[in-house]
Amino acid sequence: MIELVDICREFTVGEERVQALKNVNLKIEQGEYASIMGPSGSGKSTLLNVLGLLDTPDSGKYFLNGSNVAQLSDDELAARRQQVIGFVFQSFHLISRMTALENVELPMTLSGLSASKRRKRAEQMLERTGLADRMGHRPDQLSGGQRQRVAIARSIVMEPRLLLADEPTGNLDSKSGSDVLALLEELNQEGITLVMVTHDPAIGDRSRLSLRMHDGELTAERKR
Amino acid sequence: MKLLDSGSIAATAIIRYPLRSSMLLLAIAIGVSAVLILTSLGEGARTYVTKEFNSLGTNLLIITPGKIEIGGNASAASIGQAVRPLTLQDAMAIERSPYIESILPFIGGSAAVNFDGRERNVNIVGTNHNMAVIFDYEMAKGGFLPAIALDKVSQVAVLGGTVASELFQNENPLGKWLRIGDRRVRVIGVVEQTGQSGSVDVDETAFLPIAFAAQVFNTESVQKMMANPRDADVMEAARKDIVRTVMARHQGHDDITVLDQGAILNTFNSIFLVLTSTLGAIASISLIVAGTLIMNVMLVAVSQRTAEIGLIKALGGQRRQIITLFMMEAAILSFIGAVLGVLLGETAIYLMRELYPAVEFHAPLWATMAAVALAVLCGLLFGIMPARRAAALDPIEALASH
Ligand SMILES: Nc1ncnc2c1ncn2[C@@H]1O[C@H](COP(=O)(O)OP(=O)(O)OP(=O)(O)O)[C@@H](O)[C@H]1O
Ligand SMILES: [Mg+2]
Repeated sequence: MIELVDICREFTVGEERVQALKNVNLKIEQGEYASIMGPSGSGKSTLLNVLGLLDTPDSGKYFLNGSNVAQLSDDELAARRQQVIGFVFQSFHLISRMTALENVELPMTLSGLSASKRRKRAEQMLERTGLADRMGHRPDQLSGGQRQRVAIARSIVMEPRLLLADEPTGNLDSKSGSDVLALLEELNQEGITLVMVTHDPAIGDRSRLSLRMHDGELTAERKR
Repeated sequence: MKLLDSGSIAATAIIRYPLRSSMLLLAIAIGVSAVLILTSLGEGARTYVTKEFNSLGTNLLIITPGKIEIGGNASAASIGQAVRPLTLQDAMAIERSPYIESILPFIGGSAAVNFDGRERNVNIVGTNHNMAVIFDYEMAKGGFLPAIALDKVSQVAVLGGTVASELFQNENPLGKWLRIGDRRVRVIGVVEQTGQSGSVDVDETAFLPIAFAAQVFNTESVQKMMANPRDADVMEAARKDIVRTVMARHQGHDDITVLDQGAILNTFNSIFLVLTSTLGAIASISLIVAGTLIMNVMLVAVSQRTAEIGLIKALGGQRRQIITLFMMEAAILSFIGAVLGVLLGETAIYLMRELYPAVEFHAPLWATMAAVALAVLCGLLFGIMPARRAAALDPIEALASH
């Protein structure tokens, strides 16, 4: 499903140049459960952003479902994100003035789905993530774990094949963190490809494909 | 994304930031109401003036002796030349014109009027029966002047209300004989209390048949005439025919002035229209000021919601969709602001009418519609830049701004 070939990404801050990704080569199969670990600043988020088409590499090739997406226009990338990719963020990124239901509806609203279809599907997703009784709540009326589950419901509502999670449990206590993790793994078992950045070695151990990054390079790859 | 959906997302944002939104609404409302109030001043003045004119009907030619050159130099010959009077015979010649339906000649002055030892100085108007028709007099008693030939001397009078009550007190004046100077006059009618009508203070006036009034004042000359053409289409033909008729009688001298009441009114109307438009345009500047405020406020909105923009991009939102969202917000705000402005302006105009009932202040419909349209247009124009800025944000940086 994913193939990266010699991906490089460089940032310039003032005079200084930082190589966030150095010739990264990577293959991830459909339905894979991959974790990315590594010290702070090693390029994990940058890699995830490239995978999620939020960032374009300076060089290299990125094949997503067989087609090279490294040089698509912004709007073409947006269309791919809508169809293929779901995001789960460390800080949830829910829109505070909207209810849980409306937040989950948002990707479908953007895609132009009718209101009744949206509602039905968003309700299903919230039920699926265990929030049937919280649909009308706004984010500030929800706990951290519940917020992340709303965000997960939103990330899968368009039925993406790839789910990217950047430290999804980083802002949660251990109990709700493990609930969220269990939910993500459940989704993976149902067939979605899961790529997750984490600092938690236990999670790294549970994933089928465990990647390590150091200074912009993929240093270790362990597959079970 | 459906337009309705972007509208409702924009609406939630408007509600979510009430201070920002109400500031904008206020600015636009003030701009729109300024347009309404200022144009209502111009329009009020216009209706005030035209109403004065219209009370005579617009289908009217006014004939005065002497040539008034409008928009040109007075010819050397006309300067210093004594004005040749218009005579009753001239009036009768005009009356015979095929283009003229009726004429109203006018001689004015004042004289002492005497009844039963009571004497009073009153205004005298020498005219004919058409006066009551054109100026719409109501009769309290009897009738107005009889329809007789202009040169026929009939010793009758019609009195204004005040004149009648002061001379006759409780007696019925009908059929009674008055004395004006050394002439005896029979009262045939009393006009209802009317007040000022045109240049005549009706209640203080005695109306006499014109030929008789000419004798009373010992004059040949008619001071002014009004002529009613057969219909509006022959206005110009009638005007020319009057000039020609009088020239023929005045040894070829073109020495009268014929004014077209409707033409004067049209000129006034167009002057006031320009005035009103100018006032509206000046007021529109406040809308443009409001527009720059829209821009600033929308820029604040973009920076307040940077993370949200990043999220929408991550969720597959296209450039165009983000632009639509912010433009929609600016459009909704400016439209609601414009509607509030119309309400505010109409309220102010209502109060102005209460304060000065004589002037019918009202904002013309075109000004109201133009103000609303301009407000929305400003909202859209000044919303473009912030919306484009939002759409151009880098999604990763936008998401990181927390
Ligand atoms: N937009 C940017 N501009 C400049 N430098 C950047 C930018 N994004 C990332 N970097 C740099 O690239 C390197 C990799 O950053 P990245 O965020 O990928 O690290 P990370 O592994 O996710 O770290 P953390 O565990 O702290 O989240 C860092 O040195 C960072 O400073
Ligand atoms: Mg990171």
